[in-house]
Amino acid sequence: MTPFVAHRPGTLEQAVSLLSENEDAKLLAGGHSLIPVMKQGLATPSALVDLDLIAELKGISLTPKGVRIAAMTRHAQVAASDMVSGAIPALAALAGRIGDPHVRHRGTLGGSVATNDPNADYPAAVLALDAIVETTARTIAAQDYFCGMYTTALEPDEIIVGIEFPRPDWACYEKACHPASGFAMVGVFVARFGGEVRVSITGAGVDGVFRHAGLETALVAEFSPESIDDVEIDADDMASDFHASQAYRANLVKVLTRRCVARCLSETPRD
Amino acid sequence: MNCEFTVNGKIIAAEVSSTLLLADFLRDSAKLTGTHIGCDTSQCGCCVVHVDGRSMKSCATFAWQVNGANIVTIEGLADGEELHPMQAAFRKCHALQCGYCTPGMIMTAVDMVNRLGQVSEPEVIREQLEGNICRCTGYHNIVRAIQVGAAAMHGVEITAPEHETGKGQPA
Repeated sequence: MTPFVAHRPGTLEQAVSLLSENEDAKLLAGGHSLIPVMKQGLATPSALVDLDLIAELKGISLTPKGVRIAAMTRHAQVAASDMVSGAIPALAALAGRIGDPHVRHRGTLGGSVATNDPNADYPAAVLALDAIVETTARTIAAQDYFCGMYTTALEPDEIIVGIEFPRPDWACYEKACHPASGFAMVGVFVARFGGEVRVSITGAGVDGVFRHAGLETALVAEFSPESIDDVEIDADDMASDFHASQAYRANLVKVLTRRCVARCLSETPRD
Repeated sequence: MNCEFTVNGKIIAAEVSSTLLLADFLRDSAKLTGTHIGCDTSQCGCCVVHVDGRSMKSCATFAWQVNGANIVTIEGLADGEELHPMQAAFRKCHALQCGYCTPGMIMTAVDMVNRLGQVSEPEVIREQLEGNICRCTGYHNIVRAIQVGAAAMHGVEITAPEHETGKGQPA
């Protein structure tokens, strides 16, 4: 592995300065995306800025709108949080199905959302729940945050501090995992807020996570699994690779959306 | 970077380079070669150790990231000559053939029981083994061993269930 300088700042201010001073420095969160690509020589940062010792990047709290999760909170902590399962059970369930137990002990919300891997789970929740990404510089609405696979609105010296997820009436996440890697070949997150329905899709799109207007319109008209039967999912918008063709992914989008809606309807909405 | 770890109860001070992975530190510096490196791409789980009580893949962690931590490897489970109940269960149930994945499997099994209690449902155990790959056994005997080991860790002796019924009878 190419040598680099390791920094372990204790405050966000120090972390931002270290990022500004080192042009090709990278932030280190859980490391389970970055370290493997460094081992392959696909990333060769001159410095790593580890965020693990910054206290304000950890923790979960309730807000008037929903729940706020600090960026370095690990997947296992989100999955086990009574606050998250109380406010948004689908979000806790999503976190509890990321990767495997060892990955969930290390991986973080901020790391996942900053990486924006096209097959990651969290971006689907951020987009469907209309979450607010808080950074060291500003707040970014979910719809302005994701800019294509592995690309986000973050500036080079900007760090995600936390993400606030509004509490929906109903929400559900379903995914079809690749049997070996466990990553989502397609994942669908459906969230309903009053008369609004948001459907986001991860793993399938050529440009990473996206919302599907056709599915949303059909589900606003009638929130039932059958209501999407006639919705066209354009296979040309789907990714195609060794694991799944465009047509297969397009079909999975509808299958998983139906499952989400059926699951929502089987549960009592919040008061 | 100067670091200090507690490894299997012993304090080890070491100067580690930035690129040194925890798995390599344990194997090459601490001479604890029970922690294996299988895929080196975070898939197989052969390198799983416990850091501050939680399982983690030591091949995807730099040693300096766990400076100050309490680390337990497969060598730290047995009490002298007496095997840890999970190790004894793996032996009793023939839960290994080549044995390469076994240290990671056992560390994962112990972590699973520490978090979830006396696991017995095969579906739960198999889901918890998502991050560990075995290419010999077909997993059946590993699942049985974890049922038996989880019970033993709770002071309950069960016979190895024949068909993963999850309903092993007290002996």
